[in-house]
Amino acid sequence: MKAAVIVFPGSNCDRDLAEAFRAAGADVTMVWHKDSDLPKGVDIVGIPGGFSFGDYLRCGAIASRSPICSAVVEHTKRGGYAMGVCNGFQVLTETGILPGALLRNAGLKYICKTVQLKVETSNSAFTSGYNAGDVLGIPIAHHDGNYYADAATLDALKGEDRVAFTYAENPNGSQRDIAGVLSANRRVLGMMPHPERAADPGHGGTDGAAMFRALVGVLTPA
Amino acid sequence: MRAIVKVMLKDGVLDPQGEAVRHALGALGFAGINGVRQGKLIELDLAEGATEAQVKEMCEKLLANTVIESYRIEMA
Repeated sequence: MKAAVIVFPGSNCDRDLAEAFRAAGADVTMVWHKDSDLPKGVDIVGIPGGFSFGDYLRCGAIASRSPICSAVVEHTKRGGYAMGVCNGFQVLTETGILPGALLRNAGLKYICKTVQLKVETSNSAFTSGYNAGDVLGIPIAHHDGNYYADAATLDALKGEDRVAFTYAENPNGSQRDIAGVLSANRRVLGMMPHPERAADPGHGGTDGAAMFRALVGVLTPA
Repeated sequence: MRAIVKVMLKDGVLDPQGEAVRHALGALGFAGINGVRQGKLIELDLAEGATEAQVKEMCEKLLANTVIESYRIEMA
């Protein structure tokens, strides 16, 4: 399985994300934001956490207009897989690939701690290694993770089983406790918590590792 | 020529920063502040002949996220 991890100026979880994919058995290529093409044969694109372009204008706004993001949008339009973590989730909403937006945390504080994350659906390549209802310990580290979408969009996400994860205790004001959402074709995931920071015993927890194992399992040709 | 773009969170979208400013003003003794909304003001220095339609396109493509924000353009 081939993964590409995008690197923007200000990305700081790119190597963590790449390492989590590699540990699960993926072949990973790092891709610079000025590149206009993804490597050939890429199965999944990872958009990492961090502070791309210093969060200038809006979190993820400048990154989402970078040359590589045009290629990522094309990749997802063709049915390709992608996942965005934290700043990567913000980038995916800014491109319009995923609905909604991430606002400043309701309590205004940057929050960095491990939270209890509830798996809402196992019906995706990302979450197929879990059971709906499982509760995972996964770190969050963000200032702008307050998920917002209008009521009709939220109802559609719920109705189409596209809410991947919710917070057991809402840390940031996210509507309906949403921590991660799926695209309509279930092949793009955006989430604020960091599964790549809970993928190795050295991290203090490995609840995120099953996501990378499941992706490699689903996307590796038989 | 110049264009001034004012970007605000849409009505109904919680503005926690505006709320924090409102609380701080109250703590300083300013009474009667029913609400504070915080936004952005962007000044564009443009070549002569630039049109409002071009600035609108800039707003739609980059300057505002219309999922959560509204914008107003003043050409000066």
